[in-house]
Amino acid sequence: MNFLWAFVVGGGICVIGQLLLDLAKLTPAHVMSSFVVAGAVLDAFDLYDNLIEFAGAGATVPITSFGHSLLHGAMEQADEHGIIGIAIGIFELTSAGIASAILFGFIVAVIFKPKG
Amino acid sequence: MDKQKLNEQNYEKASKTYQPKPPYVLNVIKAFIIGGLICVLGELITEMYVHWFDYSEKDAGNPTVATLILLSALATGFGVYDKLGQFAGAGSAVPVTGFANSITSAALEHKSEGLVLGVATNLFKLAGSVIVFGVVAAYVLGILRYLWSLIF
Repeated sequence: MNFLWAFVVGGGICVIGQLLLDLAKLTPAHVMSSFVVAGAVLDAFDLYDNLIEFAGAGATVPITSFGHSLLHGAMEQADEHGIIGIAIGIFELTSAGIASAILFGFIVAVIFKPKG
Repeated sequence: MDKQKLNEQNYEKASKTYQPKPPYVLNVIKAFIIGGLICVLGELITEMYVHWFDYSEKDAGNPTVATLILLSALATGFGVYDKLGQFAGAGSAVPVTGFANSITSAALEHKSEGLVLGVATNLFKLAGSVIVFGVVAAYVLGILRYLWSLIF
């Protein structure tokens, strides 16, 4: 059941992205930026956690979860340190993703030759 | 001058009718299937971390994302992910693998300019907008939520 809902919800989020590409004529960069903001907005109203509970990786794999994690980490530290905690915690949950993207992106770019 | 502007407008209008219409339904189906499959792969990796490495369902999110990013960076290096992107559109761009693909492909593309000015400088050429908008939005929303929690 986990896999079915991950497929349906994850695919559904991609469908919204595809419609924004084709109908609204946005570039992929615009779609990704909008999705990150959308994820943060959904988390501000505590909605995104419900989606993760329901769909698992269907909600954590799309880029919307990046916005959700940014705000989530910020709020966790804000509870402890007040308003400065927002700056302390904003990359707390996303640091694994960003650090590995920089590391693996750099290594692959050094080792591989550009194609095409 | 006016005439030239008129011509430009006419040109835009005229060229629009000749632009091929994207096959909307087919594109949506492709995006749904590929995007869904990438999320299923993510769910598979999550379950793997939960069952074999004793992560909790919630903590498994970080290693899952890191694993997907590694796979996507490698697939970009082999030139596979860009082919998938041509087929799947948003289906491969929206998952976190698309984020890793944009980082790796931008770095690869500028490799000929050297390690510092080429690879390192261009690493966030495409992905930078995602991080900037994410951080700005999360920061503003975080302040609003914090103030809200102070008032109520």
